[in-house]
Amino acid sequence: MSELMDKICLCIERGKVDKKAPYPPDMMNQDGADEYAREAIKAGESPDNILAACNTAMERIGDKFSRNEVFVPELLMAARAMNGVMEHLKPFFQAGNIKTKGTFVLGTVAGDLHDIGKNLVSMVVEGNGWKVVDLGVDVKTDKFLKAIEEHPGCAVGLSALLTTTMANMAATVKRIKELHADTVVIVGGAPLSHKAAKEMGADGYAANPQETVRILNSLVG
Amino acid sequence: MGKLLDILAKKQVLVSDGAWGTFLYQRGLEAGDCPELWNDTHRSDVLAIARSYVEAGADLILTNSFGGSPIKLSHYGLADRAEELNRKAAEISREAAGSDCLVAGSIGPTGEMLMMGNVSEQQVFDGFLLQAQALKAGGADALVVETMSAIDEAALAVKAALSTGLDVACTFTFDRTVDNNFKTMMGVSVESMVEAMASAGAHIIGSNCGNGFDQMIEIVTRIRATGTRLPVLIHANAGLPDIRDGQTIFPESPESMAGKVDALLAAGADIIGGCCGTTPEHIRLIAQAVRQRA
Repeated sequence: MSELMDKICLCIERGKVDKKAPYPPDMMNQDGADEYAREAIKAGESPDNILAACNTAMERIGDKFSRNEVFVPELLMAARAMNGVMEHLKPFFQAGNIKTKGTFVLGTVAGDLHDIGKNLVSMVVEGNGWKVVDLGVDVKTDKFLKAIEEHPGCAVGLSALLTTTMANMAATVKRIKELHADTVVIVGGAPLSHKAAKEMGADGYAANPQETVRILNSLVG
Repeated sequence: MGKLLDILAKKQVLVSDGAWGTFLYQRGLEAGDCPELWNDTHRSDVLAIARSYVEAGADLILTNSFGGSPIKLSHYGLADRAEELNRKAAEISREAAGSDCLVAGSIGPTGEMLMMGNVSEQQVFDGFLLQAQALKAGGADALVVETMSAIDEAALAVKAALSTGLDVACTFTFDRTVDNNFKTMMGVSVESMVEAMASAGAHIIGSNCGNGFDQMIEIVTRIRATGTRLPVLIHANAGLPDIRDGQTIFPESPESMAGKVDALLAAGADIIGGCCGTTPEHIRLIAQAVRQRA
């Protein structure tokens, strides 16, 4: 990895968005992910390499999160820094110069308005090179089904924070599997467990964003 | 010192109530409905839930106002009814509680992270203040700031709650980490929670939700290990839920939870009750266990 790529990687991992960002305090007034990404593109660095730097950074912070070495704030800031880099890559995605690994349709289930966990998963998965279709919160089964039809071959992620909305999640998983047996469904959220995921008929349970990435990448192995 | 602290000062152990949300869904609250709106539209259902806990032997019941901050209510377009819905929540619990039972107004998180900058500290504080004052106006004896994960938001809620002059409890939700510690999703340890909430002025501290009484026994032990002498409130889930035949099932039976009351009190808890998945039967057996001990 070139020096510039190393810097992008470090800024994302540390959650340094841009020069004016006050976080993290020890990187105050230094260039951030935004500045380095701009510089890299100007210097003719290939978008694939920049995306690879994003992947590496998000994998590192995602692994730290899985090991409880960092928590939601750190992951959120890293994802924010990564989003800034992705903005620079957007034109290349749109022109088809970078290929995504596949499409991941994601939403918080019906009755549940919580989006912090779902947004983290969305950002981490996108940073790993997937196209993410975020359906938002309180997503009814029909909306998931429509998105699956619109994005053939996609994988689906369902999030729930409330113990009271887990039953809605189970109903949505069941319906998806009835109509699209081959569609891979991953579930996650505070009240979930491997056991509950299995009972629902989901293909996978992700305890954290990085596990979602691992499951998704195993599909395209 | 308010009524709640008064009783606790006499070294009494108090029994609190169980789940509200789980119960509301059983009574027909639909996914996507605003639970706090029921204080207006389904008053008798909310009153029945409150009564069932008083009848089960709770010394203290909460209110149907967990998501009653204007920021949270704005998701349902109900922010401008925050005062009314919180006041009614307290009025309902007050009516159920009668004179022998205390009412603690529930204040949950806004769902916004201050560090993201989507809402300002002032906005969050003002919302909690409105909620706290309305709960007091409706007859709450104390306020319980609960399910917190971030120090900054919890401190604002405690500050707002204290300004009413009522007794204030604040509880955080912890998960077990891979190295067998407990942290909130924002990375707050039990020890930093104790320090921060004591300096914010909370009268009572503790933990709610999470994974059953076993985990709570460890959390209370850690709270006491800091040397704090503040009373400790525990509202535990009936374990981690599972799905069977499309229904949410909680693994911990009333008997199983009641069987752990001794250990929880020995660890240093002062007020115990339930969170998600607990029922009046859980509270009845917990109250029995507490009274047999005393």
